[in-house]
Amino acid sequence: MENKWYTISVYSENQVGMLNRISGIFLKRHINIESLNVSPSEIPQVSKFTIVVNTTQKWVENIVGQIEKQVEVIKVFSHLDEEIIYQESALFKISSNLLFDERQIQNIIKESNAQIVTVSREFFVISKTGRRHEIDELHESLTPFGIRQFVRSGRIAVSKEAMPISTILNTINQKK
Amino acid sequence: MTTKLPNQISGAEAIVHCLLAEGVNLIYGYPGGAIMPFYDELYKFQDQLKHVLVRHEQGAAHAAQGYARATGKVGVAVATSGPGATNLVTGIADAQIDSTPLVCITGQVGRHLLGSDAFQETDIIGISTPITKWNYQITKAAEIPYILAKAFYIARSGRPGPVLVDITKNAQFELFDFEYTPCDHVRSYLPEPQIDMECIHQAAALINEAKKPMIVYGQGVVLGNAEQELKTFIEKTTIPSAWTILGKSALPTAHKHNVGMVGMHGNYAPNVLTNECDVLIAIGMRFDDRVTGDLNTYAKQAKIIHFDIDKAEINKNVKVDVGVLGNCKHTLTALLPWVKENNHSQWQSSFDQLYQVEFKEVIDKEMNPAGPGISMAEVIEQINQATQSQAIVVTDVGQHQMIACRYAQETLPKSNITSGGLGTMGFALPSAIGAKMGAPEREVIAVIGDGGFQMNIQELGTIYQTQTAVKIVVLNNEHLGMVRQWQELFFDSRYASTVMTNPDFVTIAKGYYIPGKRVDQRADLKAAIEEMVAAKTPYFLEIKVENEENVFPMIPSGSSVSDIRLS
Repeated sequence: MENKWYTISVYSENQVGMLNRISGIFLKRHINIESLNVSPSEIPQVSKFTIVVNTTQKWVENIVGQIEKQVEVIKVFSHLDEEIIYQESALFKISSNLLFDERQIQNIIKESNAQIVTVSREFFVISKTGRRHEIDELHESLTPFGIRQFVRSGRIAVSKEAMPISTILNTINQKK
Repeated sequence: MTTKLPNQISGAEAIVHCLLAEGVNLIYGYPGGAIMPFYDELYKFQDQLKHVLVRHEQGAAHAAQGYARATGKVGVAVATSGPGATNLVTGIADAQIDSTPLVCITGQVGRHLLGSDAFQETDIIGISTPITKWNYQITKAAEIPYILAKAFYIARSGRPGPVLVDITKNAQFELFDFEYTPCDHVRSYLPEPQIDMECIHQAAALINEAKKPMIVYGQGVVLGNAEQELKTFIEKTTIPSAWTILGKSALPTAHKHNVGMVGMHGNYAPNVLTNECDVLIAIGMRFDDRVTGDLNTYAKQAKIIHFDIDKAEINKNVKVDVGVLGNCKHTLTALLPWVKENNHSQWQSSFDQLYQVEFKEVIDKEMNPAGPGISMAEVIEQINQATQSQAIVVTDVGQHQMIACRYAQETLPKSNITSGGLGTMGFALPSAIGAKMGAPEREVIAVIGDGGFQMNIQELGTIYQTQTAVKIVVLNNEHLGMVRQWQELFFDSRYASTVMTNPDFVTIAKGYYIPGKRVDQRADLKAAIEEMVAAKTPYFLEIKVENEENVFPMIPSGSSVSDIRLS
């Protein structure tokens, strides 16, 4: 089975230790997490983990099952790239003198639809939101000039299909 | 249902009230600094809540497991922080992989000391996360009632498992208004999936059309108390039925449709015929690698139906044609009206024929050895006779375990207690203590190898102090027998560190005032076992068995189930 990029979305209660419990499931199977984002979700008190892995469908199904059976996990979804709308964000810190000395930088910023977040005497910061390859391209273009600091966020994603978390919670609660 | 106390009480006292409210009257543990406030309360409540002082916390975890496995109730183990907590770890991991309901309570350093590397501070939450069904650290007394209620609910519901609750020392001292309501629901957790009748109908259709169906049942039947439902299903359809090691006593071993154990050292017929059946009906089992051998050649010709309570088990190791989710007590009940009465006697006769092959090549030789040395199988057979196959047989891990599971006759449910998934040496002695305390009316016989016996031998002290009438049979072959067997077969007989120079076990038992005997002649075996069974006290029997006996049949690791070797 071939490796593909999968985005795993986990809805769970917001509790100490959940990240450890979930990441341990990847660790046990020797699967590397390529990117991870934890945030509130559309439901109060429910967290959403967005985890990107490069693995086979068989392992993704295994992992989804193992995560979903954790007591405080409500529901887990896995998606291929074409099934979601996804983005990442990146910040680039660059020496300010380059902005004036290297005209090309200004063109790169314009063409890549990046934004300048702040400029000081010493450095300026560019932010870029988009797909990973777009951020990679910008990174590549800026590298020759010298990037003083670089950071990229985990992927965030929403699915094209519905993620009916409220319905699932209601079903569990009605069964009581 | 709700318990409310008029005055403020301490967190430590609250733990006692929670345990009592959950119907717990027996716990296993070992005191220490961070759990002392709780022990102080235990002292006051000793009439209502009996605490068994083990000799090592691993013993507490296994004793709680033995209790849980013999009773179906939640076992409780208590330890202090740091080394107390880490000593529980092997037992917790064992309970996790064998789905045993446990609540482990550990003391922890005070809230203000967390993260300071305080004396006996260990991150037991971090350590236990991958091996618990759920865990939680309590840092204030007010959390105690609802967290312990939740802990018991999670441990016993759905697919059972171990839960660990870590309680900081300050939370044990704090005073608060106590009110206890048992937990019957967690909003993110669905313990038993809803039964899908469509799957039941699909399963029934496959079962009704099958010419050569075969059942493999596992511990899910025991955990779901579905022994009667299984028996009714088997008797209506007359389908030959095999068991995984943990499924063993779900159906009496002598039942006419019982065709034996599957897996690495299971019986010949069910392993070979796994690769000839047309429909394989798996009930409450998880296709462990020791059961399936090489997955690429496992039951490829068969349609597979899998009954399980845990959705994550469906298609995990073996791709199935129909997955039936739910507690098998309910799914089997739902299935029963849809399956037709049938007669598979011709297909059953293929099992009988292969049994004859196994009998001639293996069983007969083991039961009636040609040489003077005692075989493990004849010991088990003597135990069968002396107990009329009514005993709970607790086994450790290794050759004796495989032989005991192959040859012990069991007629009653919950008669087989062993460490299946984790293969924990040292399991049997402490878990036999728990089993006997949980089922005092039953004979409990711990069958242990000389290696495993020495892994938790200190629990002889617990047996002596509590006068728990477990019967201990050590099958001494002066080797780590199973590893020695693999060395002989797969490592050109290089016996690296598998020879044991053992002490005088009977003298050790005598040191704990446990009466005992050593048998090394076949002529003395029967009388010695009868004497042991007749004893009303704990009793120790060392039996010197053949040193280099191998367990057969055997599916070499990674081979197909149908390539099972008889020698």
